[in-house]
Amino acid sequence: MEFPDDLRYTQEHEWLRLEGNEALVGITDFAQDALGDVVFVELPSIGATFASGQAFGVVESNKTVSDLFAPVAGRVTAVNHVLRDEPELVNNDPYGTGWMIRLVVTDREQVNRLLDAEAYRTFVAQQRT
Amino acid sequence: MSGYTPHTDADIAAMLATIGVPSIDALFAQIPAALRANAGIDLPAGLTEPELIAHVQALAARNSDGAGPAVFLGGGAYPHWIPTAVDQILLRSEFLTAYTPYQPEVSQGTLQATFEFQTFAALLLGFEVANASMYDGASATAEAVLMARRILPGRRTVWVSRALHPHYRAVIATYVRGLGDVTIREIPFATDGRTDLAGLRKTLDADTLAVVLGQPNVFGVLEDVTGAAELATAVGALTVTATAEPLAFALVRPPGACGADVAVAEAQSFGLPVSYGGPGVGLFATHERHVRSMPGRIVGETVDARGRRGFVLTLATREQHIRRERATSNICTNQGLCALAVAIHLSLLGRHGLRAVAALNYRAAHAVADRLASGGVVRRFAGPFFNEFVVRAPRGRWEALVQDGVIAGFPLARWYPELEDALLLCVTEAHAARDVDRLVRGLTAPTVRAART
Amino acid sequence: MLLDEPLVFERGAAGRIGWPVAHISESDTDAVIADLPPALRRDDGLAGFPEISELEAVRHFVRLSQWNYSAATTLYPLGSCTMKYNPVVNEAVARLPGFAALHPLVPDQLAQGALELIAALEHALAAVSGLDAVSLQPAAGAQGELLGMLLIRAYHTDRGDPRRRVLIPSSAHGTNPASAALCGYDVTEVPVDARGLLPARAVAAVMDESVAALMVTNPNTLGLFEEEIEAVAAAVHARGGLVYMDGANVNALMGVAKPADMGIDVMQFNLHKTFSTPHGGGGPGAGPVAVRASIADYLPVPRLVRTAAGLGWTDDAPKAVGRMRSFYGNFGVLLRAYAYVARLGGPGLAEVTRLAVLNANYVRARLCGTYHLPYATPSMHECVFSDRDLQDFGVSTLDVAKRLLDYGFYAPTIYFPLVVKGALMIEPTETETRETLDRFVEALTAIADEARTDPSLVRNAPQRTVLARLDETRAARRPILRWHRR
Repeated sequence: MEFPDDLRYTQEHEWLRLEGNEALVGITDFAQDALGDVVFVELPSIGATFASGQAFGVVESNKTVSDLFAPVAGRVTAVNHVLRDEPELVNNDPYGTGWMIRLVVTDREQVNRLLDAEAYRTFVAQQRT
Repeated sequence: MSGYTPHTDADIAAMLATIGVPSIDALFAQIPAALRANAGIDLPAGLTEPELIAHVQALAARNSDGAGPAVFLGGGAYPHWIPTAVDQILLRSEFLTAYTPYQPEVSQGTLQATFEFQTFAALLLGFEVANASMYDGASATAEAVLMARRILPGRRTVWVSRALHPHYRAVIATYVRGLGDVTIREIPFATDGRTDLAGLRKTLDADTLAVVLGQPNVFGVLEDVTGAAELATAVGALTVTATAEPLAFALVRPPGACGADVAVAEAQSFGLPVSYGGPGVGLFATHERHVRSMPGRIVGETVDARGRRGFVLTLATREQHIRRERATSNICTNQGLCALAVAIHLSLLGRHGLRAVAALNYRAAHAVADRLASGGVVRRFAGPFFNEFVVRAPRGRWEALVQDGVIAGFPLARWYPELEDALLLCVTEAHAARDVDRLVRGLTAPTVRAART
Repeated sequence: MLLDEPLVFERGAAGRIGWPVAHISESDTDAVIADLPPALRRDDGLAGFPEISELEAVRHFVRLSQWNYSAATTLYPLGSCTMKYNPVVNEAVARLPGFAALHPLVPDQLAQGALELIAALEHALAAVSGLDAVSLQPAAGAQGELLGMLLIRAYHTDRGDPRRRVLIPSSAHGTNPASAALCGYDVTEVPVDARGLLPARAVAAVMDESVAALMVTNPNTLGLFEEEIEAVAAAVHARGGLVYMDGANVNALMGVAKPADMGIDVMQFNLHKTFSTPHGGGGPGAGPVAVRASIADYLPVPRLVRTAAGLGWTDDAPKAVGRMRSFYGNFGVLLRAYAYVARLGGPGLAEVTRLAVLNANYVRARLCGTYHLPYATPSMHECVFSDRDLQDFGVSTLDVAKRLLDYGFYAPTIYFPLVVKGALMIEPTETETRETLDRFVEALTAIADEARTDPSLVRNAPQRTVLARLDETRAARRPILRWHRR
């Protein structure tokens, strides 16, 4: 299971990739594996704003539904519309083409408080036991 | 002994030995003694099958079975011809005694028939998709309002036509109670029996969630759905039509082609007896873009491990067992067998038969309306109608005709105090010419006495 | 029958008439349409509707029927669904013209037989539950739950004490959270203890004046009787709350314990479970609600009342929550349930529960050791196993369920309740013979053996059914929800 070093993570199993003052957000390899086959992703409208930890969407697999939580506060500047027709990208490429939203980060300090890859790896290992 | 349980004394003894308890009573040792002591069921001993049949036949004989009195009632339940084959197939145990098709490999019969039902509902109502059925037309209407709320969560006012069947209006009111902040407002009807769209135009605003109207409405009058949908769309609200007599859509432009967003209907007319008002079956159709907000079970097409076409329950994440308290509805068991009846009925009648039966209804009802008008009993509303219409009857005539074995429609004052002396009459293909004559003679006779001869 | 059967829309030929209607031609119909105002005319001629013969229609649906497993063809051990025998005489009763052809708007005096029957069924459900008043209106169990929660809401609101929370144990029936949420309540889950039971202590700990009700399923979905139910109810009542019982599992209670005596205030019955009405591939059911006298004022309209003139309906009930559906309920289903109650009588219903519990415990005793039993607490009418001991072989509950189909049995309820990982919930019902249960146990035992010796056989099941395992992911990702004309 992969946890790339250049990403930040949450305990709700979202990842965040900082690019300038914007960030891409998706769900982790661990999350997609636990969900099973993803069949639908409900994403917000462009321009919507979210507080840190607020639900911004929903991911559905065959048997479960999970909320998606904003890792940090921000305003949505883009959503991955491809997922509407190809939700399987979340399973096949969670850190790449399976990304979900792009945010303008309002508070960089919140990013620093997220888990790094090592901390997330440890967190996931604890979840399993 | 009913014969429904198969256990011999030897069976019970052997089973108890396997379990390792001395008696059946011992299996209930964990139940508090005080509860057990008072648990006797105070009902008489059981009947044999012949006794049961004699008993229920005696009860049935105390009811009007349609063979005695001439009954011209619609108002949400409609007597129609049902091909013999419909009920024969409904009695197939494989359909009758299966449950929700959780294991699709051994439920393809139910699943494929449901997929066909969904197709019939979508075609008839003029929409892209339909669900696997709702409890009835009234609760389907309420579910449509709840769905509109999910699509437009910020809006709070639902405008409901006063000419929508009062049971449907009452169920909407019951269902939205839980939402707390939704207000139901009533749209009056105009002098022609149609919903007053001119008045509606002035009242709709950005808080409007949905406009709900019947098609045909409770007076049997055909509404201007296109006009209503234009008004609703102009303020960003949704249009919901609710139909108690969907046979009309064999002739009448369906809601989906009139700009409606959701159409629901009670489909009892398609293969089910009136059965004192239930079970019926609710149709629920909408646009593809709203499918994930739709309540109820849905069957979809897929393939099996060897690539062969098959059908499964799908989009289940909307439903109560997965989404739990955030489900689109709490509906679980719906009206599966009734949906099957609809699919069989519409398959048998087909394109030709459904149109023909609808045409017979239209002709029969209009012929009676014309004959009554000639006799001085005129229609209360001038709007176009299908197989049901409202007349003004001489005072006291309905009661007198009941005594004579003619139920001359439904006295609408029970639902609409402002419509005193108005009778809602329904005439379908199932009414015999002789009974129609009794109705016309009874209503048009100059006096009660004359009506009785 | 492995014959392919196309969709009904893919059969037939243009112009073929399956069920002729006399004296009406296509042009006659078009003339009728032309009589309507132009904006109201349907202009597609019902394009897409089938044009098939009567035999084609009959053969189509008979073939489809042969692809179903059903309770009449095989053991259907679906837990919490009570797939008992559906007596065929019930079908004859429902088809008597005096019932089937009875219009719901006839004057009450022309429906006295139907009304007597409705009154008698209300009485019978009151007798089984010990509760005071019954409404037969709800169309299904979930609608009964919804009504029950609406009644509870009305009760508290009427006392000037609207409450906002509902407690639901983790072992409750699956529809409960959605039913509570539909009434605007926030749901608080209460976990079961190590025995799979709801401790009164746990309820008391989360109970306060914001809680409108506890929704409890008894026996719970683990098939276990809530041994502290009286204390649980007392804890809820002590803080002004009400206790709702999901009656999905009443087949385990008749003649054993009355809900009223347990402290239940409101409950729904599932006539298609306990009272033998056919499940119909998913309805129609009926979900009557029974309540204590203190809640009866809120029951929906219309109400059945007896006057000097006989039985009749009235809407005169100012505190009623309104109406759940059109007319009076699924009358055809009520008829079947009434026929069942009349055949069995009070003693017969009690015997049903005794034998249902015997059958479930027999299956449990014979499978114990072969499958993992997560809770050793005594079972009532159903028993819950798990796939824990099969995981080393890469075999899951889903695989076991699919393999059972190859042995000619329907599958148990799977992956529910959620408190058991990989649950297999088995409810044999009282109408099965010991020999059938033995064959079922032998099939499950053989499957456990196959899981160890030939796991791919189990993982690739079913093989003997009309179709192999279906791709549910594909169906959900690219929904095809109806036939389209090409």
